Amino acid sequence: MVYKERLNGRKFDETRKIEAKVGIIPRADGSAMFSIGNTVAYAAVYGPRNLHPKFLQDPSKGILRCNYNMMPFSSFGERVRPGGSRRSKEISLVTEKALLPVLDLNEYPNSVVDVFIEFPQTEAGSRCAGISAAAMALADAGLVMKDLIAAVSVGKVDDKLVVDLDYSEESYEDGPVADIPVAMMPNHDKITLLQMDGLISRDELKKVIEMAKKVCKEIYTIQNKALKEKYTNGAKTLGEKHV
Amino acid sequence: MGKINVNDKEIVVPGELLAIGMDNFPGNGTYREGENIVASRLGLVQIDGRTIKLIPLSGRYIPKKYDIIICEVTDVTVNGWRLETNSPYQAMLSMKEATSEFIERGADLTQFYDLGEHIVCKIVNVTSQKLVDVTMKGPGLRKLKGGRIIGVASNKVPRIIGKQGSMVSMIKDTTGCNLTVGQNGLVYIDGPLEGELLAIMAIRKIEEESHLSGLTDKIKGFLEKNAKVKSVQKHETKPKEISKPQQEGL
Repeated sequence: MVYKERLNGRKFDETRKIEAKVGIIPRADGSAMFSIGNTVAYAAVYGPRNLHPKFLQDPSKGILRCNYNMMPFSSFGERVRPGGSRRSKEISLVTEKALLPVLDLNEYPNSVVDVFIEFPQTEAGSRCAGISAAAMALADAGLVMKDLIAAVSVGKVDDKLVVDLDYSEESYEDGPVADIPVAMMPNHDKITLLQMDGLISRDELKKVIEMAKKVCKEIYTIQNKALKEKYTNGAKTLGEKHV
Repeated sequence: MGKINVNDKEIVVPGELLAIGMDNFPGNGTYREGENIVASRLGLVQIDGRTIKLIPLSGRYIPKKYDIIICEVTDVTVNGWRLETNSPYQAMLSMKEATSEFIERGADLTQFYDLGEHIVCKIVNVTSQKLVDVTMKGPGLRKLKGGRIIGVASNKVPRIIGKQGSMVSMIKDTTGCNLTVGQNGLVYIDGPLEGELLAIMAIRKIEEESHLSGLTDKIKGFLEKNAKVKSVQKHETKPKEISKPQQEGL
Protein backbone atom coordinates (compact mmCIF):
# COMPACT_ATOMS: atom_id res chain seq x y z
CA MET A 1 0.00 0.00 0.00
CA VAL A 2 1.04 3.55 -0.64
CA TYR A 3 -0.18 6.65 1.18
CA LYS A 4 -0.62 9.01 -1.74
CA GLU A 5 -2.46 12.05 -0.62
CA ARG A 6 -3.35 13.74 2.65
CA LEU A 7 -6.77 14.94 3.59
CA ASN A 8 -7.67 18.35 2.15
CA GLY A 9 -4.60 18.32 -0.07
CA ARG A 10 -1.94 19.14 2.50
CA LYS A 11 1.67 18.55 1.51
CA PHE A 12 3.50 15.91 3.57
CA ASP A 13 5.65 18.54 5.26
CA GLU A 14 2.84 21.03 5.76
CA THR A 15 1.01 21.65 9.03
CA ARG A 16 -2.65 22.31 9.45
CA LYS A 17 -3.70 25.94 9.85
CA ILE A 18 -2.06 27.50 12.90
CA GLU A 19 -3.42 30.40 14.92
CA ALA A 20 -2.02 31.94 18.07
CA LYS A 21 -3.23 34.64 20.41
CA VAL A 22 -1.83 35.98 23.67
CA GLY A 23 -3.56 37.55 26.66
CA ILE A 24 -6.97 35.98 26.23
CA ILE A 25 -7.64 35.39 29.94
CA PRO A 26 -7.42 38.75 31.71
CA ARG A 27 -7.53 37.37 35.26
CA ALA A 28 -4.51 35.12 34.68
CA ASP A 29 -0.95 36.39 35.02
CA GLY A 30 -0.28 35.10 31.52
CA SER A 31 -2.44 33.36 28.96
CA ALA A 32 -2.44 32.19 25.37
CA MET A 33 -4.42 30.30 22.77
CA PHE A 34 -2.81 28.03 20.21
CA SER A 35 -4.77 26.18 17.58
CA ILE A 36 -3.59 23.81 14.91
CA GLY A 37 -6.30 22.52 12.63
CA ASN A 38 -9.20 21.38 14.80
CA THR A 39 -7.09 21.16 17.95
CA VAL A 40 -7.49 24.21 20.17
CA ALA A 41 -5.47 24.76 23.35
CA TYR A 42 -5.93 27.46 25.94
CA ALA A 43 -3.19 27.97 28.50
CA ALA A 44 -3.39 30.09 31.64
CA VAL A 45 -0.44 30.79 33.92
CA TYR A 46 -0.87 31.82 37.54
CA GLY A 47 2.11 32.77 39.60
CA PRO A 48 4.69 32.68 40.93
CA ARG A 49 2.39 32.34 43.90
CA ASN A 50 2.30 30.99 47.39
CA LEU A 51 2.50 27.19 47.47
CA HIS A 52 0.45 25.01 49.79
CA PRO A 53 0.62 22.34 51.15
CA LYS A 54 3.93 23.38 52.56
CA PHE A 55 5.75 20.06 52.09
CA LEU A 56 5.62 20.61 48.34
CA GLN A 57 7.71 23.77 48.64
CA ASP A 58 11.29 23.72 47.41
CA PRO A 59 13.48 26.20 49.29
CA SER A 60 16.07 26.30 46.50
CA LYS A 61 13.75 27.25 43.63
CA GLY A 62 10.17 27.67 42.53
CA ILE A 63 8.32 24.71 41.09
CA LEU A 64 6.25 24.34 37.95
CA ARG A 65 2.90 22.57 37.95
CA CYS A 66 1.14 21.77 34.70
CA ASN A 67 -2.38 20.55 34.26
CA TYR A 68 -3.52 19.11 30.93
CA ASN A 69 -7.24 18.75 30.55
CA MET A 70 -9.44 17.81 27.63
CA MET A 71 -12.91 19.20 28.12
CA PRO A 72 -15.64 16.53 28.20
CA PHE A 73 -17.12 17.65 24.89
CA SER A 74 -13.77 18.15 23.14
CA SER A 75 -13.45 14.87 21.32
CA PHE A 76 -15.07 11.51 20.79
CA GLY A 77 -14.45 7.99 22.03
CA GLU A 78 -12.87 6.97 25.34
CA ARG A 79 -11.12 10.24 26.08
CA VAL A 80 -14.21 12.33 26.57
CA ARG A 81 -14.89 11.32 30.16
CA PRO A 82 -14.66 14.41 32.34
CA GLY A 83 -11.93 14.82 34.95
CA GLY A 84 -8.39 13.56 35.17
CA SER A 85 -7.24 10.23 33.84
CA ARG A 86 -4.04 8.22 33.64
CA ARG A 87 -3.48 9.68 30.20
CA SER A 88 -3.98 13.32 31.24
CA LYS A 89 -1.74 12.85 34.25
CA GLU A 90 1.07 11.53 32.08
CA ILE A 91 0.70 14.34 29.57
CA SER A 92 0.71 16.91 32.38
CA LEU A 93 4.00 15.43 33.50
CA VAL A 94 5.67 15.42 30.10
CA THR A 95 4.43 18.97 29.47
CA GLU A 96 6.08 20.04 32.69
CA LYS A 97 9.31 18.30 31.72
CA ALA A 98 9.20 19.87 28.27
CA LEU A 99 8.82 23.40 29.64
CA LEU A 100 11.17 23.29 32.62
CA PRO A 101 14.49 23.38 30.70
CA VAL A 102 13.83 26.95 29.52
CA LEU A 103 12.42 28.32 32.76
CA ASP A 104 14.50 29.93 35.46
CA LEU A 105 12.59 29.75 38.74
CA ASN A 106 15.59 30.29 41.02
CA GLU A 107 14.34 33.75 41.91
CA TYR A 108 11.14 32.38 43.42
CA PRO A 109 11.99 29.90 46.19
CA ASN A 110 9.09 28.14 47.95
CA SER A 111 6.60 29.30 45.36
CA VAL A 112 4.78 27.70 42.45
CA VAL A 113 3.94 28.58 38.87
CA ASP A 114 0.70 26.93 37.84
CA VAL A 115 -0.07 26.24 34.19
CA PHE A 116 -3.55 25.15 33.24
CA ILE A 117 -4.01 23.88 29.70
CA GLU A 118 -7.58 23.32 28.55
CA PHE A 119 -8.80 21.89 25.29
CA PRO A 120 -12.28 22.85 24.14
CA GLN A 121 -11.74 20.89 20.93
CA THR A 122 -9.18 18.27 19.91
CA GLU A 123 -8.20 16.30 16.89
CA ALA A 124 -4.68 14.86 17.30
CA GLY A 125 -1.55 16.72 18.34
CA SER A 126 -3.06 18.07 21.53
CA ARG A 127 0.01 17.76 23.77
CA CYS A 128 2.07 19.69 21.22
CA ALA A 129 -0.55 22.41 20.90
CA GLY A 130 -0.74 22.55 24.70
CA ILE A 131 3.02 22.97 25.06
CA SER A 132 3.16 25.68 22.39
CA ALA A 133 0.32 27.56 24.12
CA ALA A 134 1.87 27.15 27.58
CA ALA A 135 5.22 28.53 26.40
CA MET A 136 3.55 31.69 25.15
CA ALA A 137 1.51 32.02 28.34
CA LEU A 138 4.66 31.70 30.47
CA ALA A 139 6.38 34.43 28.46
CA ASP A 140 3.26 36.58 28.81
CA ALA A 141 3.41 36.07 32.58
CA GLY A 142 6.83 37.76 32.54
CA LEU A 143 8.81 34.76 33.71
CA VAL A 144 12.53 34.42 33.03
CA MET A 145 13.01 31.99 30.14
CA LYS A 146 16.03 31.39 28.00
CA ASP A 147 13.92 30.52 24.98
CA LEU A 148 10.36 29.71 23.99
CA ILE A 149 9.22 26.15 23.33
CA ALA A 150 7.55 25.16 20.10
CA ALA A 151 6.09 21.70 19.60
CA VAL A 152 4.69 19.67 16.76
CA SER A 153 3.98 16.03 16.08
CA VAL A 154 5.72 14.32 13.19
CA GLY A 155 5.73 10.72 12.07
CA LYS A 156 5.27 8.16 9.41
CA VAL A 157 2.08 7.11 7.72
CA ASP A 158 2.51 3.98 5.61
CA ASP A 159 5.63 4.83 3.57
CA LYS A 160 5.50 8.62 3.90
CA LEU A 161 7.17 10.85 6.47
CA VAL A 162 4.67 13.48 7.55
CA VAL A 163 4.37 16.55 9.73
CA ASP A 164 1.45 17.28 12.06
CA LEU A 165 -0.63 14.10 11.85
CA ASP A 166 -4.38 14.49 12.01
CA TYR A 167 -6.80 11.93 13.40
CA SER A 168 -7.27 10.05 10.13
CA GLU A 169 -3.51 9.59 9.87
CA GLU A 170 -3.04 8.59 13.50
CA SER A 171 -5.60 5.86 13.03
CA TYR A 172 -4.53 4.85 9.50
CA GLU A 173 -5.14 1.13 9.17
CA ASP A 174 -3.64 0.09 5.83
CA GLY A 175 -0.02 0.35 6.89
CA PRO A 176 2.43 1.13 9.70
CA VAL A 177 2.05 4.46 11.54
CA ALA A 178 4.50 6.28 13.81
CA ASP A 179 3.38 9.32 15.81
CA ILE A 180 6.24 11.31 17.33
CA PRO A 181 5.50 14.46 19.34
CA VAL A 182 8.55 16.74 19.43
CA ALA A 183 9.02 19.88 21.52
CA MET A 184 12.08 22.05 21.13
CA MET A 185 13.81 25.31 21.86
CA PRO A 186 13.72 26.90 18.42
CA ASN A 187 16.70 29.18 18.96
CA HIS A 188 18.91 26.55 20.51
CA ASP A 189 17.95 23.54 18.40
CA LYS A 190 17.50 21.48 21.55
CA ILE A 191 14.79 18.91 22.03
CA THR A 192 12.81 18.92 25.29
CA LEU A 193 10.15 16.36 24.45
CA LEU A 194 10.45 13.29 22.27
CA GLN A 195 7.90 10.51 22.49
CA MET A 196 6.86 7.86 20.04
CA ASP A 197 3.92 5.67 19.35
CA GLY A 198 4.43 3.12 16.54
CA LEU A 199 7.38 1.94 14.53
CA ILE A 200 10.00 3.79 12.51
CA SER A 201 13.52 3.05 11.33
CA ARG A 202 16.54 4.89 12.69
CA ASP A 203 17.25 6.77 9.46
CA GLU A 204 13.66 7.79 9.08
CA LEU A 205 13.56 9.03 12.66
CA LYS A 206 16.54 11.26 11.97
CA LYS A 207 14.88 12.63 8.85
CA VAL A 208 11.59 13.21 10.58
CA ILE A 209 13.23 15.09 13.44
CA GLU A 210 14.87 17.41 10.94
CA MET A 211 11.41 18.06 9.56
CA ALA A 212 10.16 18.80 13.08
CA LYS A 213 12.99 21.29 13.61
CA LYS A 214 11.98 23.20 10.54
CA VAL A 215 8.33 23.32 11.56
CA CYS A 216 9.15 24.32 15.15
CA LYS A 217 10.95 27.36 13.78
CA GLU A 218 7.86 28.28 11.82
CA ILE A 219 5.76 27.86 14.94
CA TYR A 220 8.21 30.06 16.83
CA THR A 221 7.67 32.91 14.35
CA ILE A 222 3.93 32.59 14.90
CA GLN A 223 4.36 32.59 18.70
CA ASN A 224 6.74 35.52 18.48
CA LYS A 225 4.27 37.52 16.40
CA ALA A 226 1.37 36.74 18.73
CA LEU A 227 3.31 37.85 21.81
CA LYS A 228 4.40 41.11 20.20
CA GLU A 229 0.90 41.79 18.96
CA LYS A 230 -0.51 41.84 22.46
CA TYR A 231 1.99 44.36 23.72
CA THR A 232 2.07 46.67 20.72
CA ASN A 233 -1.69 47.06 20.64
CA GLY A 234 -1.68 48.37 24.17
CA ALA A 235 -1.91 45.63 26.71
CA LYS A 236 -5.40 45.66 28.15
CA THR A 237 -4.42 44.43 31.55
CA LEU A 238 -7.44 44.51 33.78
CA GLY A 239 -6.70 45.89 37.19
CA GLU A 240 -7.76 42.74 39.07
CA LYS A 241 -4.93 40.60 40.43
CA HIS A 242 -5.07 38.28 43.34
CA VAL A 243 -5.06 40.42 46.43
CA MET B 1 32.84 45.21 15.72
CA GLY B 2 29.66 44.08 17.42
CA LYS B 3 26.27 44.39 15.89
CA ILE B 4 22.99 45.24 17.62
CA ASN B 5 20.06 43.41 16.07
CA VAL B 6 17.22 45.36 17.66
CA ASN B 7 16.06 48.94 17.96
CA ASP B 8 15.57 50.92 21.13
CA LYS B 9 12.04 50.47 22.57
CA GLU B 10 11.37 47.37 20.49
CA ILE B 11 9.41 44.55 22.12
CA VAL B 12 11.29 41.26 22.24
CA VAL B 13 10.36 37.75 23.37
CA PRO B 14 12.46 35.15 25.22
CA GLY B 15 15.18 33.61 23.08
CA GLU B 16 15.39 36.51 20.66
CA LEU B 17 18.88 37.48 19.54
CA LEU B 18 19.61 41.04 20.63
CA ALA B 19 23.24 41.60 19.69
CA ILE B 20 26.30 39.84 18.38
CA GLY B 21 29.82 40.44 19.60
CA MET B 22 31.63 41.18 22.82
CA ASP B 23 31.41 44.98 22.47
CA ASN B 24 28.01 45.11 24.12
CA PHE B 25 27.04 44.05 27.63
CA PRO B 26 24.02 42.05 28.73
CA GLY B 27 21.85 44.01 31.19
CA ASN B 28 18.68 43.10 33.08
CA GLY B 29 16.48 40.53 31.36
CA THR B 30 19.20 39.37 28.97
CA TYR B 31 22.00 36.83 29.02
CA ARG B 32 25.15 36.12 27.09
CA GLU B 33 25.53 32.95 25.12
CA GLY B 34 28.87 32.59 23.40
CA GLU B 35 29.25 35.88 21.58
CA ASN B 36 25.54 36.64 21.50
CA ILE B 37 23.28 38.59 23.79
CA VAL B 38 19.86 36.97 24.04
CA ALA B 39 16.58 38.08 25.64
CA SER B 40 15.58 36.04 28.68
CA ARG B 41 12.12 37.49 29.12
CA LEU B 42 9.43 39.43 27.37
CA GLY B 43 10.26 43.12 27.50
CA LEU B 44 11.03 46.47 25.96
CA VAL B 45 14.59 46.95 24.73
CA GLN B 46 16.54 49.78 26.26
CA ILE B 47 19.97 50.47 24.84
CA ASP B 48 21.97 52.29 27.43
CA GLY B 49 25.39 53.06 25.97
CA ARG B 50 26.89 49.65 25.40
CA THR B 51 24.52 47.87 27.74
CA ILE B 52 21.38 46.27 26.41
CA LYS B 53 18.63 45.72 28.94
CA LEU B 54 14.97 44.85 28.97
CA ILE B 55 12.18 46.64 30.79
CA PRO B 56 9.64 44.03 31.90
CA LEU B 57 6.10 44.49 30.60
CA SER B 58 4.41 41.92 32.78
CA GLY B 59 4.95 39.78 35.84
CA ARG B 60 4.06 39.52 39.48
CA TYR B 61 5.48 41.84 42.12
CA ILE B 62 8.50 40.42 43.96
CA PRO B 63 9.34 42.12 47.29
CA LYS B 64 12.40 44.38 47.22
CA LYS B 65 14.21 46.14 50.03
CA TYR B 66 13.09 49.75 50.74
CA ASP B 67 9.89 49.41 48.70
CA ILE B 68 6.83 51.04 50.20
CA ILE B 69 3.90 48.67 49.86
CA ILE B 70 0.27 48.37 50.88
CA CYS B 71 -0.53 45.19 52.78
CA GLU B 72 -3.46 43.46 54.39
CA VAL B 73 -3.18 42.01 57.88
CA THR B 74 -3.91 38.28 57.55
CA ASP B 75 -2.75 36.94 60.90
CA VAL B 76 -1.78 38.12 64.35
CA THR B 77 1.08 36.17 65.92
CA VAL B 78 2.84 36.22 69.31
CA ASN B 79 5.26 38.94 68.34
CA GLY B 80 3.70 40.73 65.45
CA TRP B 81 1.51 40.59 62.37
CA ARG B 82 1.59 38.55 59.19
CA LEU B 83 0.77 40.51 56.06
CA GLU B 84 -0.46 39.70 52.58
CA THR B 85 1.73 41.59 50.10
CA ASN B 86 0.16 40.92 46.67
CA SER B 87 3.22 38.82 45.82
CA PRO B 88 4.12 35.13 46.23
CA TYR B 89 5.49 35.90 49.68
CA GLN B 90 4.03 37.11 52.95
CA ALA B 91 5.60 39.78 55.11
CA MET B 92 6.12 40.00 58.87
CA LEU B 93 5.63 43.15 60.89
CA SER B 94 7.23 42.69 64.29
CA MET B 95 6.01 44.48 67.39
CA LYS B 96 9.24 46.42 67.62
CA GLU B 97 8.84 47.82 64.12
CA ALA B 98 5.14 48.55 64.52
CA THR B 99 5.10 51.25 67.15
CA SER B 100 7.31 53.11 69.58
CA GLU B 101 4.62 52.70 72.23
CA PHE B 102 5.21 50.30 75.08
CA ILE B 103 3.27 47.10 74.55
CA GLU B 104 2.67 45.03 77.62
CA ARG B 105 3.42 41.31 77.58
CA GLY B 106 0.35 39.41 76.48
CA ALA B 107 -1.41 42.52 75.21
CA ASP B 108 -4.06 42.14 72.56
CA LEU B 109 -2.25 43.07 69.35
CA THR B 110 -5.46 43.48 67.37
CA GLN B 111 -5.98 46.87 69.02
CA PHE B 112 -3.11 48.14 66.87
CA TYR B 113 -3.74 46.32 63.63
CA ASP B 114 -6.70 43.99 63.32
CA LEU B 115 -7.28 41.20 60.82
CA GLY B 116 -8.37 42.51 57.43
CA GLU B 117 -7.03 46.01 57.98
CA HIS B 118 -4.70 47.56 55.43
CA ILE B 119 -1.46 49.32 56.20
CA VAL B 120 1.19 51.24 54.30
CA CYS B 121 4.60 49.90 55.29
CA LYS B 122 8.19 49.80 54.14
CA ILE B 123 10.25 46.69 53.46
CA VAL B 124 13.38 46.68 55.61
CA ASN B 125 14.78 43.31 54.68
CA VAL B 126 14.29 40.49 52.19
CA THR B 127 16.26 37.29 52.72
CA SER B 128 17.41 34.86 50.04
CA GLN B 129 14.43 32.71 50.95
CA LYS B 130 12.18 35.73 50.48
CA LEU B 131 11.29 36.20 54.11
CA VAL B 132 10.08 39.78 54.17
CA ASP B 133 10.32 42.13 57.15
CA VAL B 134 8.50 45.44 57.14
CA THR B 135 8.41 48.52 59.35
CA MET B 136 5.83 51.15 60.20
CA LYS B 137 8.46 53.67 61.21
CA GLY B 138 8.86 56.33 58.56
CA PRO B 139 7.04 59.23 56.96
CA GLY B 140 3.67 58.35 55.45
CA LEU B 141 3.57 54.83 56.89
CA ARG B 142 0.20 54.32 58.52
CA LYS B 143 -2.96 52.34 58.89
CA LEU B 144 -5.54 52.98 56.15
CA LYS B 145 -9.03 54.02 57.15
CA GLY B 146 -11.92 54.59 54.74
CA GLY B 147 -11.33 54.99 51.03
CA ARG B 148 -10.80 52.13 48.65
CA ILE B 149 -7.98 49.99 47.33
CA ILE B 150 -7.54 48.91 43.73
CA GLY B 151 -5.01 46.55 42.21
CA VAL B 152 -2.88 47.47 39.19
CA ALA B 153 -0.11 45.67 37.36
CA SER B 154 3.01 46.26 39.45
CA ASN B 155 5.15 47.10 36.41
CA LYS B 156 2.82 50.02 35.68
CA VAL B 157 3.41 51.60 39.10
CA PRO B 158 6.23 53.92 37.91
CA ARG B 159 3.93 55.28 35.21
CA ILE B 160 1.14 55.93 37.71
CA ILE B 161 3.55 57.82 39.94
CA GLY B 162 5.12 59.71 37.01
CA LYS B 163 8.35 61.67 36.95
CA GLN B 164 8.95 62.85 40.50
CA GLY B 165 5.37 62.06 41.34
CA SER B 166 3.94 64.37 38.67
CA MET B 167 1.16 62.01 37.62
CA VAL B 168 0.03 61.22 41.14
CA SER B 169 -0.07 64.86 42.20
CA MET B 170 -2.02 65.73 39.08
CA ILE B 171 -4.66 63.11 39.93
CA LYS B 172 -4.69 64.27 43.53
CA ASP B 173 -5.22 67.91 42.54
CA THR B 174 -7.98 67.34 40.01
CA THR B 175 -9.96 64.73 41.93
CA GLY B 176 -9.46 66.06 45.43
CA CYS B 177 -8.47 62.57 46.55
CA ASN B 178 -5.72 61.34 48.75
CA LEU B 179 -3.66 58.78 46.81
CA THR B 180 -1.09 56.29 48.02
CA VAL B 181 0.59 54.04 45.48
CA GLY B 182 2.25 50.89 46.80
CA GLN B 183 5.13 49.41 44.82
CA ASN B 184 3.31 46.08 45.01
CA GLY B 185 0.57 47.35 42.71
CA LEU B 186 -2.05 48.29 45.28
CA VAL B 187 -3.35 51.85 45.13
CA TYR B 188 -5.24 53.47 48.00
CA ILE B 189 -7.71 56.18 47.06
CA ASP B 190 -9.65 58.26 49.55
CA GLY B 191 -11.79 61.30 48.87
CA PRO B 192 -15.21 62.38 47.63
CA LEU B 193 -17.08 59.64 45.79
CA GLU B 194 -16.94 61.21 42.30
CA GLY B 195 -13.28 61.99 42.83
CA GLU B 196 -12.53 58.40 43.76
CA LEU B 197 -14.31 57.07 40.70
CA LEU B 198 -12.56 59.57 38.44
CA ALA B 199 -9.20 58.68 39.95
CA ILE B 200 -9.86 54.98 39.31
CA MET B 201 -10.81 55.71 35.71
CA ALA B 202 -7.64 57.76 35.26
CA ILE B 203 -5.48 54.99 36.72
CA ARG B 204 -7.08 52.38 34.46
CA LYS B 205 -6.40 54.67 31.50
CA ILE B 206 -2.75 55.01 32.51
CA GLU B 207 -2.49 51.23 32.74
CA GLU B 208 -3.91 50.77 29.27
CA GLU B 209 -1.96 53.51 27.56
CA SER B 210 1.27 53.53 29.50
CA HIS B 211 3.28 52.48 26.47
CA LEU B 212 2.21 55.49 24.39
CA SER B 213 4.07 58.78 24.36
CA GLY B 214 2.50 61.97 25.69
CA LEU B 215 0.76 60.07 28.46
CA THR B 216 0.79 62.93 30.97
CA ASP B 217 -0.94 65.32 28.56
CA LYS B 218 -3.51 62.73 27.67
CA ILE B 219 -4.37 62.01 31.28
CA LYS B 220 -4.42 65.73 32.01
CA GLY B 221 -6.97 66.28 29.24
CA PHE B 222 -9.00 63.31 30.42
CA LEU B 223 -9.08 64.54 34.02
CA GLU B 224 -9.93 68.13 33.12
CA LYS B 225 -12.74 67.05 30.82
CA ASN B 226 -14.29 64.84 33.45
CA ALA B 227 -13.54 67.02 36.46
CA LYS B 228 -15.86 69.71 35.09
CA VAL B 229 -18.78 67.32 35.15
CA LYS B 230 -17.79 66.40 38.65
CA SER B 231 -17.61 69.93 40.05
CA VAL B 232 -21.28 70.52 39.13
CA GLN B 233 -22.36 67.52 41.16
CA LYS B 234 -19.93 68.17 43.95
CA HIS B 235 -22.34 70.06 46.20
CA GLU B 236 -24.78 67.21 46.33
CA THR B 237 -22.40 64.67 47.80
CA LYS B 238 -22.92 63.63 51.37
CA PRO B 239 -20.02 63.05 53.73
CA LYS B 240 -18.97 59.42 53.62
CA GLU B 241 -18.94 57.03 56.51
CA ILE B 242 -15.49 56.03 57.55
CA SER B 243 -15.00 52.31 57.38
CA LYS B 244 -12.48 49.74 56.24
CA PRO B 245 -11.16 50.37 52.73
CA GLN B 246 -13.29 48.69 50.11
CA GLN B 247 -11.46 46.34 47.84
CA GLU B 248 -12.58 46.22 44.32
CA GLY B 249 -12.00 44.34 41.14
CA LEU B 250 -10.42 41.46 42.98
